[in-house]
This record gives sequence, C-alpha cells and structure tokens, in this order.
Amino acid sequence: MTPATVWAVVLVASVLCFALKLAGHLLPEHWLADERVSRTAALVTAALLAALVAVQTVATGQTLVVDARLPALAVAALALALRAPFLVVVVLAAATAAGLRLLGWG
Amino acid sequence: MPDDDPGTAPDEAAEVEQTVEELVEAEERGAVRQAVSVSVATGLYGISFGALATVAGLDLAQTAALSLLMFSGGSQFALVGVVGSGGTAAAAIATAGLLGVRNALYGAQLGPLLALRTWQNVLGAQLTIDESAAVATAQRTRRAARVGFWLTGAGVFVLWNLMTVVGAAAGDALGDPRRWGLDAAAAAAFLGLLWPRLATRPVQLVAAGAVVVAIGLTPVAPAGVPVLAAAAVAVLAGAIDARRRGPVPPTGPRAAPGVAAPAQEEDR
Repeated sequence: MTPATVWAVVLVASVLCFALKLAGHLLPEHWLADERVSRTAALVTAALLAALVAVQTVATGQTLVVDARLPALAVAALALALRAPFLVVVVLAAATAAGLRLLGWG
Repeated sequence: MPDDDPGTAPDEAAEVEQTVEELVEAEERGAVRQAVSVSVATGLYGISFGALATVAGLDLAQTAALSLLMFSGGSQFALVGVVGSGGTAAAAIATAGLLGVRNALYGAQLGPLLALRTWQNVLGAQLTIDESAAVATAQRTRRAARVGFWLTGAGVFVLWNLMTVVGAAAGDALGDPRRWGLDAAAAAAFLGLLWPRLATRPVQLVAAGAVVVAIGLTPVAPAGVPVLAAAAVAVLAGAIDARRRGPVPPTGPRAAPGVAAPAQEEDR
C-alpha cells in the first residue's frame, strides 16, 4: 500500500469504528438487545481473533510456513494459562522467537 | 451527608444511613481502583501496538492517528496485521470494522446505565471499549458504574495513546522485526485478546473452525480474505445455533426491554 492508501484505510476504518460505537449509544436498545445478535457478535469477534492468530503464526504472504513463531505462540498460550499479564505474554513470545532465531532456527 | 439527620428514630436511622453511605463509597472506591489498574495494564500494551504498527509499515503519524481516532485495540491490531501482510485496503477496513461491532453492543448495554446527554454521547462513544464496558458493568450501583466507565475510558485513552507513541518510536529503532521476534509478538497479541473469550464450548468450536478456514484459504485467497472468511463461519454458526435453540420469543418494539441485561435493571 502507498502511504496515501494507508492514510485512507486508517481514516475510513476509524470513522467506521466510531460510527459503530456511537450507534450502540444512540440506537433504540431493543435493536441490539436481541440475544441472537449479541451471541453472533461474540462468535464473530472470537472467529476473527482466532483467524488472525492462525494467519500471523503460520502464514508468510500466501505460503504456509512453520518457523519460530509456532513455538513462540505455544509459550504465549502457556503464559496465558498461567494468567500472565498481556504485556508479559507478548514479550515472552517475542523473546522465544528471537532466541530461536539467534540459535539459527526459524 | 448529614450526620445529624432528624428522624423518628434518629440513632437507628442515622446508623443505617451511615452504613449505606459507607457501602456506596466503598463501591465507588472499588470502581476507582479497578479503573486505575485496568488503565495501567491496558495502557502498557499500547507499547506493543505502537511497535507492531511501525513494523507493519505505518509511520508514526498513522500509528498515533489509529490510537487517537479508532481507539479499539482489537481493531487496531487487526488493521495493522492486514496491512503488514499485504492485504487490500478493503480487507483491512472490513476486518477492523467487524471487530468493532462488539463496541456497538457495549454501547447498547451502557446507554441506560450512563444516561448520557447528547454531547456526552460523542465522548462516551469514543471511550466505549472492552475495558471501560467491563469495569462499568461489573459495578453494583449506577454511580460506581459511571465512575468506572469514565475513569477507565479516560485512563486507558491517555495511557494507550502515550504508550503507542513510545512503542512506535521503539519499533522504528529496532530494524528487522523478525530478529526481535515481533512477528511472533503479533500472533501472541491476538491470542491474548482471544483467550478470555474462549470460556464456552460454542466459542471454542467456532474459534477452531476459524483457524481451519483461515489456514485452508491462505494459499489460495488474497491476504486478508482468509480472516474475513472465518468471520462468515461465525455468522453461519450463530444462525445454526439460533435454529437449534428453537424460536426466540418475539422481540418487537419494547417487547422485553432489559431482558438481555437484568443485572443492570436492578440498579435503576
């Protein structure tokens, strides 16, 4: 993307996200109180995040690659299971991948 | 509040009033404590967002603009992820927007609780995020909920934006992101956002399905599309789930206001 395109993406997506927030406050409550709507929204959020985890871990462009990111993600999962704070989880994952690459793998 | 409230049973009434007053104050102090700790914790990981955004190819101004204007961690990480992996502009906007849908639901939950005036809606809307909604809805009184919402929203906003700039400056100075494991850090960031949502079996199943779809489509679809396709899986699963549960009672206008949020109705 060119810098101008990135700016356009940043601004359009920001306006969209703000509009969604505002809609929640302004729309009649019953529109969004429907249980099906909230359940589906929760599923969509989880699905997007899970897909982003997968793509960030094993995709390099359109190629699937197993490299230092996979063990790093396992370390992150372990840290999360042990209730580590978000920042610690992220730093541990980065350190794992960086360490493995320093040792010449991935 | 007056300690010498004249009443028919002054001692007892004053005592009860004082106890209630103490409970209300304790509740508000609790909201303040939660707001501060959540703000600090969330603000700090603004560093990782700033670093990952610059590594993905955004400049400092673009990165800072995202934290100021979009101000929603999941959407910001997602937009940067799609841009960094070479996805299209449309895919980046759609992914960020879809992840922002949950903020609309928070707004609907918070609206009756906060009872905002028109102009406050704009500010309140921008501060409506996972953290402020969670702290506000966890309180047992409306006053504490308002304190929790505004303090958490404002605290996270200030720290998130400051730390974004710190992280962006650091990311710029680091050079090759792979050497520092920042590509793995991005995956871990998404996992950290996902983790607390995996509490129930349907969510776990949909998340697993999303992983399969995203990985399966990666070799054949343009960057960004596999993630959006995973969202379609969730919509489909939601529809099947709703059908399995049978017909939902009519939800016409004002059919059952507050049914989805009984805990808050009690506080009114």
